[in-house]
Amino acid sequence: MPVSRLPARTSPLTERDNPMADVVRVTDLVKTYYLESVTVQALRGVSLTVEEGDFVALMGPSGSGKSTLLNQLGCLDRPTSGHYYLGDEDVSQMDDDQLSEIRSRFLGFIFQSYNLLPQYTVVENVEIPLLYQGIKLTERTREWCIHLATLVGLGDRLDHRPMQLSGGQQQRVAIARALVNNPHVILADEPTGNLDSRTSDEIMERLQQLNNTGKTIIMVTHENDIASWGKRVIRMRDGHIETDERNQHRTIGKALANDGVNFNGFSQLPVNV
Amino acid sequence: MYLLLYLVLGLLLLAGIFVPLLYWDKGRRSLILAIRSLWLHKMRAFLSVLGIIIGTGAVIALMAFGEGSMQEALNDIRKLGATNIIVRSRRPPENSATAGRSRVAVYGLTKADYHRFAVLQEGGTVTRMVPMRDFKQEMRRYHLMYTGRAVGTTEDYAAVNDLPMALGRFLLHEDRSNVVVLGSQVANALFPFENPLGKDLRIGQSPYTVVGVLKSRSAVGDSGGQEMEDYNNDVYIPLDACNEHFGSTITNRQAGSFQREQVQLSQVTLTVSDIDKVRTTGEWIKAILSTHEKADWSVSVPLDKLEAAEREKGRFMILMGMIAGISLVVGGIGIMNIMLATVTERTREIGIRRALGAKRRDITMQFLIEAVVQTTIGGVLGVMIGLTIVFIMPPIFEFWSAHLPAKVHVPSIFLSLIVAVAVGVGFGLYPAYRAAMLDPIEALRHE
Ligand SMILES: Nc1ncnc2c1ncn2[C@@H]1O[C@H](COP(=O)(O)OP(=O)(O)OP(=O)(O)O)[C@@H](O)[C@H]1O
Ligand SMILES: [Mg+2]
Repeated sequence: MPVSRLPARTSPLTERDNPMADVVRVTDLVKTYYLESVTVQALRGVSLTVEEGDFVALMGPSGSGKSTLLNQLGCLDRPTSGHYYLGDEDVSQMDDDQLSEIRSRFLGFIFQSYNLLPQYTVVENVEIPLLYQGIKLTERTREWCIHLATLVGLGDRLDHRPMQLSGGQQQRVAIARALVNNPHVILADEPTGNLDSRTSDEIMERLQQLNNTGKTIIMVTHENDIASWGKRVIRMRDGHIETDERNQHRTIGKALANDGVNFNGFSQLPVNV
Repeated sequence: MYLLLYLVLGLLLLAGIFVPLLYWDKGRRSLILAIRSLWLHKMRAFLSVLGIIIGTGAVIALMAFGEGSMQEALNDIRKLGATNIIVRSRRPPENSATAGRSRVAVYGLTKADYHRFAVLQEGGTVTRMVPMRDFKQEMRRYHLMYTGRAVGTTEDYAAVNDLPMALGRFLLHEDRSNVVVLGSQVANALFPFENPLGKDLRIGQSPYTVVGVLKSRSAVGDSGGQEMEDYNNDVYIPLDACNEHFGSTITNRQAGSFQREQVQLSQVTLTVSDIDKVRTTGEWIKAILSTHEKADWSVSVPLDKLEAAEREKGRFMILMGMIAGISLVVGGIGIMNIMLATVTERTREIGIRRALGAKRRDITMQFLIEAVVQTTIGGVLGVMIGLTIVFIMPPIFEFWSAHLPAKVHVPSIFLSLIVAVAVGVGFGLYPAYRAAMLDPIEALRHE
């Protein structure tokens, strides 16, 4: 499939007439793992739409398929059957290279175990998605990365290695890294799983702040008070969506809430194709 | 110094490979990352490229020593002249019946043979014929005495044997009187404090006047059965004078018994006009001499030896190439081993990169660059170590009064560098491919 079939970097999502359009649309998604003796049906027909700007908390017991679904949404894997439309594109039919390109252009990842590269400094870690997107690394991109690192409160740690940072700081680097390509969707798998409650709240405030600037976030979590930061809570069981409801009692961050920071400066960056 | 030039050229070659990488973001990142992670595991990296280092170092050093001694052997043979044919008198193997105590041994080339060779000269194939008689002889100057080799010959002998003059001139065709040209050692022994030119000395019973002295010249090595010739011990006199004064019977005192030999010419050197005709001319000469009753002659064609030596050199090069190939394959396996370990160790990193948008070819490139950086550094170190050995060893050998000729074989430097890079690509490819084919999710889950 030629690259031209890929959605252009700013379209199809931002050029739509309806600002609250669906950014993620999943229909009847099935993922089956075929092991030697057994087959595991991790997803048994999941249908879901997420509109732009939403903040989804994905919950459920262990083994219910949360991570599997998130990996599908993150284009890290292809479904056994079913379709996944990211914007207007059916990415469930794409090949490995195209999925890589989708990931580098439209998605941001935050993991439970931070997953920074130990050999790189903070700024270099933040730069990685740009590198694989084929953007020329210049002073401007570096400034942009420093800007993001400063926004997450690491302006004085730019040249530190991940080993020299606390867990919360590392996760903030990961957030900056997830933002660097100005993604349409940010996918987070238990982003606070390794953090204490105070640091967790700090991270959640950052995510909420991001969400307030229009970023779509889908987050897996086990904890109710983490899920309470979301606008919408989806509960899964045995590969199905059990409940899907709006969160009536959202936790609102205080210190950082909606202070009008700009996470979208990236769109002015030169794209080198 | 050429060597410097070659080093610069080698560095340019490496720059040619790595500078383009610097202008390509992912390449530069991979390069920096490769160097950083190598630096992180210095010892491991060193051990893994040790095979490459030793391989290239050994190739450079062995090539240099091989090339050096081969070159020396070839030069020795060339000094004999590739277009020359050397016909010698040879004492025939004695059987007990003829081994009389006071018998005169008559053998060897005769003047008649020499005149028969002249036919070849008239035909134009042979441009020059130099007859020569030599025997051991005492030389005296007042109370000083020296025992050297007296050589009766003609003007062309100097040209054929490439004898440069230190003083005066060599023999001339016109020389009728008793003139002599001294080898450097003879001159030093008999004329320690004076210029020998114009002075007299006695060779045997007859007085001779010195007209020239040869430059000191290193002995031609005993390569391929050729007798050792040490020109420094010689005195050269006109062949006619030689025959007149010494006749054709030479008395040698050997192991207590007198041995009398009658040899008209010890050697005739023929120079052939064209290198292609050397062999056939050699055959003709053998045909001419086959009329001798005894096998009292030998024909040696330096060209044969030259070609044999060159063939030997070719074989040596092939052998070296094989050794080089084997050692580099072994080195390559070391690299592959360590790269596979690295890929396993950094599975998580691969998963992260894939999640952040790295394509399979990005991962392949990253690990390939890492392997190539290792082997290239190994190759460069190997070349440096090899060259160091080449420059250090000969003086050490000299110190133990042994001779180790060395000549840096330049193509081997480039070749081993190129091969080192190629080994990096070749043996890095599989680990890099393995890395690229990892499933992103599995890789991310890897501990
Ligand atoms: N690569 C795989 N091979 C086989 N089975 C798998 C694989 N990945 C996931 N599964 C299975 O799919 C099911 C769902 O797994 P998943 O990781 O999505 O659960 P989860 O909801 O994220 O659980 P947790 O809360 O513990 O992280 C599980 O039964 C798991 O064993
Ligand atoms: Mg999970």
